[in-house]
Amino acid sequence: MSAKTRVNLARRSFLKAGVGAGAGLTLGVILPPLAAAQDAAPGLPGSGALVAGRFEPNAFVTIAPDNTVTVISKHLEMGQGVYTGLATLVAEELDADWDQVAVSAAPADASRYNNLFWGPMQGTGGSTAIANSFMQMREAGAAARQMLIAAAAERWSVAAGEITVASGVVRHASSGRSASFGELAEAAARQPVPTEVTVKDPADFRLIGKRVPRKDGSGKIDGSAVFTQDVQLDGMLTSLVAHPPRFGARVNKVDSAAARAVPGVVAVHQIPSGVAVVARDFWSASRGRDALQIDWDESGAVTASSATLMASYRERAQSAGLVARSEGAVDTALEKAASRLDASYEFPYLAHAAMEPMNCVIRLDEQGCEVWNGEQLHTGDQMALAGFLGITPQQVRVNTLFAGGSFGRRANPQSDYLLEAAAIAKAGGGKAPVKLVWTREDDMRAGWFRPMYFHSLRAGLDAQGRPVAWRHRIVGQSIGAGTAFESAMVRDGVDSTSVEGASNLPYAIPNVSVELHTTEVGVPVQWWRAVGSTHTAFAVECFIDELAHAAGRDPVEYRLELLGEHPRHSAVLQLAADRAGWGKPLAEGKARGVALHESFNTRVAQVAELSRMPNGGFQIDRVVIAVDCGIAINPDVIRAQMEGGMGYGLSATLESEITIENGAVVEGNFDGYRVLRIGQMPKVEVHIVKSAEPPTGVGEPATPVIAPAVANALFALDGKRARRLPLGVNS
Amino acid sequence: MIGFEINGSAIELDVDPDMPLLWAIRDAAGLTGTKYGCGAALCGACTVHVDGRAVRSCLLPVSSVAGKSVTTIEGVSGGTAAAVKQAWLELEVVQCGYCQSGQIMSAVELLERNPSPDDAQIDSAMRGNICRCATYARIRDAIRLASRSLSGRSEA
Repeated sequence: MSAKTRVNLARRSFLKAGVGAGAGLTLGVILPPLAAAQDAAPGLPGSGALVAGRFEPNAFVTIAPDNTVTVISKHLEMGQGVYTGLATLVAEELDADWDQVAVSAAPADASRYNNLFWGPMQGTGGSTAIANSFMQMREAGAAARQMLIAAAAERWSVAAGEITVASGVVRHASSGRSASFGELAEAAARQPVPTEVTVKDPADFRLIGKRVPRKDGSGKIDGSAVFTQDVQLDGMLTSLVAHPPRFGARVNKVDSAAARAVPGVVAVHQIPSGVAVVARDFWSASRGRDALQIDWDESGAVTASSATLMASYRERAQSAGLVARSEGAVDTALEKAASRLDASYEFPYLAHAAMEPMNCVIRLDEQGCEVWNGEQLHTGDQMALAGFLGITPQQVRVNTLFAGGSFGRRANPQSDYLLEAAAIAKAGGGKAPVKLVWTREDDMRAGWFRPMYFHSLRAGLDAQGRPVAWRHRIVGQSIGAGTAFESAMVRDGVDSTSVEGASNLPYAIPNVSVELHTTEVGVPVQWWRAVGSTHTAFAVECFIDELAHAAGRDPVEYRLELLGEHPRHSAVLQLAADRAGWGKPLAEGKARGVALHESFNTRVAQVAELSRMPNGGFQIDRVVIAVDCGIAINPDVIRAQMEGGMGYGLSATLESEITIENGAVVEGNFDGYRVLRIGQMPKVEVHIVKSAEPPTGVGEPATPVIAPAVANALFALDGKRARRLPLGVNS
Repeated sequence: MIGFEINGSAIELDVDPDMPLLWAIRDAAGLTGTKYGCGAALCGACTVHVDGRAVRSCLLPVSSVAGKSVTTIEGVSGGTAAAVKQAWLELEVVQCGYCQSGQIMSAVELLERNPSPDDAQIDSAMRGNICRCATYARIRDAIRLASRSLSGRSEA
């Protein structure tokens, strides 16, 4: 999400305490209890009291008599490795054995499970999961450990200070006594919940910074991991929805007789978003939907087409936009400059196209509503459903399952597919649980795309080739406008996610103007892995490369000279360049390109190495990635996110593009919307900067860097500047 | 009624003969490890083995497997499958995991046909399996690792 929504007080106080603050950092803590406030009463879960021998010190960890430690994840596991990361933090401070730790998903509850960077909202996005949880999860583990020690001290009548904990065993060395966590669980539950805990000196970490097996690995290789698609409930029906062929169209008339005659079809409902066919199973619902006769009212439909839109964007960029950043006097400096450069960059709409198309299960009952979903915006969806159904948010019980990818899509600001499922369940009188399944085509044509953008840049260089003026104009739709996030994301008409990555240009240039034209199109748009940086990084990093070339300078050296105030940027750039052998000669027909970008407080540099292919295309042989994400909690998960995040960006670099034609989406499946396949994946090397700074996100920051690195390498290969994404197939 | 073998057990399903095998496996047989990704044999998430050959189950009518033997991720076994799964864990291939059932089914079939594939053969055999998390580099490495461990075992 936006940079602004990530600001939070807890983070500031944490930064003050510091990760590297040394041994025995003692912190005052108030951790929420396991049970929701309204349930907490003496003897109930969350009151700190005993429940069937289970130890529930706080909302994030429970220890069962069978010695299982369960870490409760407030964040969605969508592949980014957050279950492993959160469990690492708890297990580290608890001194648990890694094998005894399991992870389960938290319910939706903003009072206990909010994202600390987002205020009173639970959700997963903006690469914040580990960053916001870093101290909270450590404190949760440390508090549990302290209570286990207190229980052991009481049982053995020894001083707590003489007790040690290691690998899930509590020990009193001088008397030779020891106990497992499970053996102490019941007694630990009777101990007072600490209000102060001491967390480890980083020098004592034995899990943080090491490689530990992923917690979601084994279930995902034997078919046992449960995704929303896999939920089976008694009496559950499956629904497919016929959506309008164009954005903004509505149902005029439906003839559902033929659909109802399809064996297995139970009902057909007209709902706000289209016509729903409810059936015993997917196939019946699909055949039923095919049999619908729908007359669409297209009078209010969107008429835009990608090509004409881009032409209008180009026109808009001729005039000054709203100011996102202004320093010095750009126009004057441009006039006085020894030389001037211009370039413009074009970006299409992009679909998230997660492998698991959008889906969810909703059951209406006397208590309200129960939801099964790869839930990314827990309390946002909870409130939206409550509002739609006329019940309280507490009556919406959310079960969060693994998501088969999301890349932002499952954090929909309008709760689109959840409200659609609720409308179907309601239309059916709540008699049966309903699983809403979108086909690939439904998913790809529903919108909520990364917006289309046009960028226009102009720079002035002095006689030595140094940049003295930089004017950057961006044209495109706002992601935040009209959503609950508008007040946090949009200031003075400028959506921070439209300009992030451009307005925080790290290069030292005395006269800078970053301007925005926000357009209104009627095509629904949304954050897409790395959000604004998916386009700004390309424009900025390709243009700075053009400047370096115009100045006759090496692109790495040129950047380094302009990064004086950003030592962490310089360090990742230098690391990537060194490891890639930057400057060393390459064989004929090969070239390198570089790009550097900060997003979500993480700096990433990438060097792409290309070969010219005999057919005139190119192949990406190797990508070297350097990342500074602060302290590395799980280095192998970080490497995986760098590899995969880069690969996700490579799809958009090479081939992916959504085309709007008269308000309709042209592409429907992976034949039209082409994505990276195995043969296009380069060799990848990841190098992590050693750091004691607080951890920052890794899910998104690798994604925006690859496109400019590849485009700059292409220029080095054949002297032509590519200024439109996607670049085209590479082999 | 359509009868076939699934993961070694005989099964009879009373379903529309045109129902794609994917939905017969998921909705009728209740085995959900095989995934729906595109419904058009473009992404490979639905890959299963029919008489030992990797096929996309999302388009194949269930009637076409009558009398045949179907293996899904839940039932795939033997030395090659074990080596592939072990390599997948050792190299931490999975991210979201949704496509991995299909990836593994394709990889097992590849190694059963060709125990020592080169990179081009790996890319060719796996090109029908999309992974949006782009775990491709690790998939390639895991197939190589499984191949090495299989040849080590057979030499031993």
